[in-house]
Amino acid sequence: MALEVRVASRLGDFALDAEFSCENGVAALFGPSGSGKSTLVDLIAGLRRADHGRIALGGRVLFDSASGVFVPAHRRRLGYVFQEARLFPHMTVRNNLSYGRRWAPRGAAVPDFGAVVALLDLAPLLDRRPATLSGGERQRVAIGRALLAGPEALLMDEPLASLDAGIKAQILPFLERLRDEVRLPIVYVSHQFDEVVRLADSLVLMAGGRVAAHGKVGEILARPDLRAHFAHQDAGRLVTCRIEQHSAEYHLTTLAFADARLVVPLLAEPVGAAIRVQVRPRDVSVALSKPEGLSVQNVWRGTIEDIWPAGAEAVELAIRVGDTAIAARVTRKAVADLGLKPGLSVYALVKTVAIDRRFIAGAVHAEPGRG
Amino acid sequence: MLTDIEREALTLSLKIAALSVAGSLPFGVAVALVLARLRFPGKALLDVLVHLPLVLPPVVTGYGLLLLLGQNGPLGAWLERSLGIVLAFRWTGAALASAIMGFPLMVRAIRLSIEAIDRRLEEAAGTLGANRPWVFVTVTLPLMAPGLIAGGILSFAKSLGEFGATITFVSNIPGETRTLANAIFAFTQVPGGEAQTLRLCALSVALSVAALLASEGLARLARSRIDPHGA
Repeated sequence: MALEVRVASRLGDFALDAEFSCENGVAALFGPSGSGKSTLVDLIAGLRRADHGRIALGGRVLFDSASGVFVPAHRRRLGYVFQEARLFPHMTVRNNLSYGRRWAPRGAAVPDFGAVVALLDLAPLLDRRPATLSGGERQRVAIGRALLAGPEALLMDEPLASLDAGIKAQILPFLERLRDEVRLPIVYVSHQFDEVVRLADSLVLMAGGRVAAHGKVGEILARPDLRAHFAHQDAGRLVTCRIEQHSAEYHLTTLAFADARLVVPLLAEPVGAAIRVQVRPRDVSVALSKPEGLSVQNVWRGTIEDIWPAGAEAVELAIRVGDTAIAARVTRKAVADLGLKPGLSVYALVKTVAIDRRFIAGAVHAEPGRG
Repeated sequence: MLTDIEREALTLSLKIAALSVAGSLPFGVAVALVLARLRFPGKALLDVLVHLPLVLPPVVTGYGLLLLLGQNGPLGAWLERSLGIVLAFRWTGAALASAIMGFPLMVRAIRLSIEAIDRRLEEAAGTLGANRPWVFVTVTLPLMAPGLIAGGILSFAKSLGEFGATITFVSNIPGETRTLANAIFAFTQVPGGEAQTLRLCALSVALSVAALLASEGLARLARSRIDPHGA
């Protein structure tokens, strides 16, 4: 199933003009507040109407300004998970979950109630009312409610934004399971890059009401022309690795990429699994000669490809290690002291303990199509 | 315990109040929805019209009804000719008079509860596939229940105490329109009626207190069904 979106709309002073498409899997709508992400999702859902454009889901036209088609929200069959859950306060969790089921058309692939309850671990909550749930529990119920209406795509508008970091960490594994088990296009709005790294297959980068770029997360991060969009995110680069071995004794996992090894805290995935790791620039140091007597586990030989400014005191370096590039953030003073410049051969150092689960995405997904 | 006169006035008052609330509730909901949710030219005028019975001398409202719905009034004559309905000097007319007098209170309570509803919940129901009427029945209506109950009971209580518009429009006919309030008035007008007047007054006070307590209890119950912590 493919979701194709091309819309233009004017709202007061703000103009939205966006085009993207996504297949099954998670497409992150990423950008700063006010870049038009939520408006775009509302247009897809049919909660607002665009001035021009066309929206289609698997060949079913939901909106087409040229032929005057506007399918109302309740007939679009798009599951919408809102930032603030929006559970019905007068119903139990069970009735909230069942609300959309009667409206799914005959013959539609509506997921099994028990399966969704198990997926999101909702069984202990079924007879409670929304007011007695924690923020994380509410959001899980909201996701279940959207799934159980049998949607053909899921829209998630910053579902974790109102949760604190601890609860967010508890919910992310559920979203990963959702991504892996539900075969639907999922549009996931976020302005937090860590969520994008964990969940997204493709990235739709929004800026000022427009799509600045659209493609695989790793490729977009590697594009020099898009650096400014990630300047405050400490985004760095994504390294695609394969699990080489686990060490139960030291509670560590060794990953392989190019000719290099990356040691990280012990992972649950099996040996051989493909893993995507975000290496943040601030966690990477640079040395001119191979350091001896050092606690750092990951020391890679590489070549500086590019240097660009990152704030008043620092720069970022792109360092190529084999076929992979990583980014390092160092001070301007270090650049002067060490004479760092493109073409120079250096050693990149990454502390194992700096890379925790937040920066690692499991099973890497297929390349999503472009519109 | 109660004399025949008292029992008759009490049942009549309750019957009139019940019909008045049941008959006006759908209109109350409709007008409250219009006032809470729609924007249109002349909205202020509708608001004034709904609130008018609250500030007008009740006699004026009753006289207006008599002019309009009396057997010689334009609407009254038409109703009798075409539908055989007569309201003036009937208990049904008393119910209409009390419904109009209680309408501002009813609309106000319902409107407040509609305005307190988070409309994003209705939006969410829409994204789950529910059409508008279903959203109204399953989300909007349950969430405005506290206002419906409060409005209904306020209007019921108002009806029990209604006097001026009622006596002007339907007079004070024993067994037909002699409500508690009308009976009290009647007994204050006859020499030696003090004892009877006092008994009726006590009955009236007891009834009003019971209605208001019931209103509070029901509203609390409705709120607790929506938000167990807010009650």
